[in-house]
Amino acid sequence: MIKERSGKTDLMIYGFAAAAMLLLAYNLYKIFLVLPDEALQGAVYRIMFFHIPAAIASFIGFFVAMVLSVLYLSSNDLKYDALASSINEVSLVFACVNLITGSIWARIIWGIWWTWDYRLTSMLVCILIYFGYLLLRRSVDEPTHRARLCAAVSIFGCVDIAIVWKSIEWFRTQHPAPVLSIRTGGGQMDPRMEAVIYWNLLALALVMATFVIIRARQESTEQEIDSLRRMVHAS
Amino acid sequence: MDERNFTYMFYGFVVAWLIPMIYVISLARRSSRLRKETDELKQLFEEKQASARPKV
Repeated sequence: MIKERSGKTDLMIYGFAAAAMLLLAYNLYKIFLVLPDEALQGAVYRIMFFHIPAAIASFIGFFVAMVLSVLYLSSNDLKYDALASSINEVSLVFACVNLITGSIWARIIWGIWWTWDYRLTSMLVCILIYFGYLLLRRSVDEPTHRARLCAAVSIFGCVDIAIVWKSIEWFRTQHPAPVLSIRTGGGQMDPRMEAVIYWNLLALALVMATFVIIRARQESTEQEIDSLRRMVHAS
Repeated sequence: MDERNFTYMFYGFVVAWLIPMIYVISLARRSSRLRKETDELKQLFEEKQASARPKV
């Protein structure tokens, strides 16, 4: 039968959501009222405080989902597949935030909404791969067959993540070169601005965790509904 | 605050909040659909069990 909702999970959802909201409020205060302006870009530079953390949060999500997909393939345990699918779906939301906010920033800084540059194109391909992943989940009914196919797509998608991440080092791109000190060793950005990027990454990670817990619970309910439906038809 | 390009910064922040909000709405809708489906199946299961029980 369908499991009753666990109070512990509810507590985790509310806890993560509250922590995320508090941290986001603190970050918005820093972004708008404390940080200095950027000399050349004007107000629009503040988009990067969501653009960069959204990208990193989605990459971490896709990577964790890839690890879970490998675990599914080695164990055939559907709980790994359910969790990987939840994480991929939520990561896709943040990947879209990254791409669209980047495009709005580009309209002012480059004078164009879009260019077929290595970084932008590989990110678009990444989004299309994970949209394909979600479509595949809807189109295959048999759970183990669906899980195996989706695990393969999730692992393949992670190869593109590596390309997106390294593209600004490997190729000469329109997109700015790395600015975070974890990649450059420092000196590219005001440390106060960089600190807010990391705090916002933490806030978005908490939002992601909240979404993933909700989505994973829905996924397990869907699996239970499937088995209950089979029982009803068999009886 | 420097007001150059303020409109586009506003658009950027709207997008950064709007996309997760739309996702939250889709999660809520999915939850209510699942709850409805669960209730229907539970009811169907109970009806089938009741009809399968031998009558005294």
